[in-house]
Amino acid sequence: MDFTLPQYDPFRMLPEIFMLLWALWVFTYDLITKRQKEAAVGYMALIGPAVPLLFIVFYLTGLLPESWRYGGSGFGAMFFNDTTAMFFKIVFLGAAIMAIGSSFGITKQKIVNHRGEFYGLLLFSTLGMMFLASSNELLTLYIGLELTTIPLFVLAAFFKDDKLSVEAGVKYFVIGAFSSALLLYGMSFLYGLSGTTGLVQMKMNMAVVFLSYRDIGVILLGGIVLLVAGVGFKLALPPFHQWAPDVYEGSPTPIAAFLSVGSKAAGLVAFGKIFVNGLMAFFGPEQAPNDWGMLVGLLAILAMVIGNVVAIRQTNIKRMLAYSSIAQAGYIMIGMVVLNEHGMASVAYYIFAYMFANMGAFAAVAIFEDQTGSCQIEDYKGLAKTSPVFAVSLSLFLLSLVGIPPLAGFLAKYKVFAAAISMATVDPSASWLYWLVGVGVLTAVFSLFYYANVMRLMFFSNEEPRHKITYSVPALCVLLLGLAGIVVFGIYAEPILKLVRTIPADFGLYIP
Amino acid sequence: MAEPGIVFWILAVVTVASAVMVVTLKNIFHCALALILCLFSVAGIYILLNAEFLAAAQVLIYVGAVAILMIFAIMLTSNLASKAIRQSNEQVMVGTVVSVLFCGGMLALIYLTDKAIVSEETGVAFWRQVRGTLPADNVASLGGYLMTKFMLPFEVVSVLLLAAMIGAIVLARKEKA
Repeated sequence: MDFTLPQYDPFRMLPEIFMLLWALWVFTYDLITKRQKEAAVGYMALIGPAVPLLFIVFYLTGLLPESWRYGGSGFGAMFFNDTTAMFFKIVFLGAAIMAIGSSFGITKQKIVNHRGEFYGLLLFSTLGMMFLASSNELLTLYIGLELTTIPLFVLAAFFKDDKLSVEAGVKYFVIGAFSSALLLYGMSFLYGLSGTTGLVQMKMNMAVVFLSYRDIGVILLGGIVLLVAGVGFKLALPPFHQWAPDVYEGSPTPIAAFLSVGSKAAGLVAFGKIFVNGLMAFFGPEQAPNDWGMLVGLLAILAMVIGNVVAIRQTNIKRMLAYSSIAQAGYIMIGMVVLNEHGMASVAYYIFAYMFANMGAFAAVAIFEDQTGSCQIEDYKGLAKTSPVFAVSLSLFLLSLVGIPPLAGFLAKYKVFAAAISMATVDPSASWLYWLVGVGVLTAVFSLFYYANVMRLMFFSNEEPRHKITYSVPALCVLLLGLAGIVVFGIYAEPILKLVRTIPADFGLYIP
Repeated sequence: MAEPGIVFWILAVVTVASAVMVVTLKNIFHCALALILCLFSVAGIYILLNAEFLAAAQVLIYVGAVAILMIFAIMLTSNLASKAIRQSNEQVMVGTVVSVLFCGGMLALIYLTDKAIVSEETGVAFWRQVRGTLPADNVASLGGYLMTKFMLPFEVVSVLLLAAMIGAIVLARKEKA
């Protein structure tokens, strides 16, 4: 036995440590102000993700002093800051900021007693995602995923008097527990095959095992099926998607937004780490995706078709966005099965663009809901006459989700499709990727129907609008932040693209 | 692979039978008792696998703490213990099909893996190769690893428990009108 403490450096976990302490401070602050200062708690909570976000951005842009070496290993294989970790932390923290910013309405009206807990649990969930992004090891990965979802169960059920919200909480809890069990079962197979939980070591051990016992692959396939099902639930990838619309509909809207972006991105990181990094031992560069690729590709097709088709029939805008996010997960998974230097990079850019557009759309829905109490699409009729800014920004978010140039969503879809095509042209055995791209393009065009339906109601309805939107400062800031994100990074994406180009290397993928 | 002994078969039958009882019995109190039996026999299987610490933890935490709390909750909720409940809904057929398929898949997996490890010697060599030998003292090495290599996840779990506790209090608390 070798009981020595691994090399550790708390400095590399500074953002996480700050988040933890700040979440505790938010709980405390709400208590010592006797739960009276509703807005102050919100602003206080905003500092939680904002400071780590600035820290990471400063590090990546080289604004931190040279001696502050943030990247690298923080605790052996348990904690590692590579570009992937930092990039996804930016996505998580950005989603958390936008979720908190659009929560000011509900903490004013609906949540009277537990504002500190609401924000604090949101910060805890973000903290879990950050640990997940930095993990290089199955155990930390699993614990990070649990720390992400357990606070979200509570947040989904936060309106205790609202039947729908409680239903959402219970459903999410049962599904979350079930999928975690599947995930753990799959992980135990990987551990049994490789004798280690470290992802890098796992790769090497499995290579050795397979050299001597080729037929043992069937148990790996069993593990892969279980892991795909487990992560599929977290990503709401069909056929594991049924929970998503009900949970999004019942949860507080900012939490639904955070679920659809933050929790989805967390599932993606977990997927990338286990499958792209851990299970790619025998597949060199320029080779076809291995046996899990086809399986996931099939799920991606299902996601794009089911998500986009069922979304058309929805009358509740939160349910519509839920199905839209199911479809978006399908597009993202196209990038995931492309195992070359473009695959993970396109996934990362996609989730970045998706964060701004989806958080923005949900923020607009939250603003509307705070003032009218309604989530019905038909209530948006004629809004362009009374609230043009609102109508235009919601339309831009939806257009970015469709992928209309010059918004960021276009470039994201383009990168994902281009990655798949680049792989399929090089490698004949990956020609099934053409099918994925074909379905992707068709369903993207199809999706314009239901997104455009909302715009049609807002702009071209002859009925007199029933509502006029006024904005609170934080909600307006979130809208503007989302707009800035999809417009600026749609037109001038070079800094982000430069960053995501280094991501495939973290997953052992070839870079020319 | 070595033939499992009679103890294993007894434990296996008890585990499966009590697990089926948990999801089929009409009285929720009986369900809880069946669950205790199920968890207890799983602890027995852990002992057969040389994981005595896991078995002790299973008995202490699941049989001792969790199950007792569940029984308390049932008995303190008025009329719950005497009520007959329906444990299935209209989707019982779908559920049965999925579980049978899953069970069949797992059995096939075990069978095929067993066949892939051709003889006793290669089987043992295979597991040696991937896993190394068992430590002489389970508990000591577990504790050692928790305090060294796995200290960070150990600490993160405490944050997780804190989050779960706060969440439970928020949800269970009675609000002032």
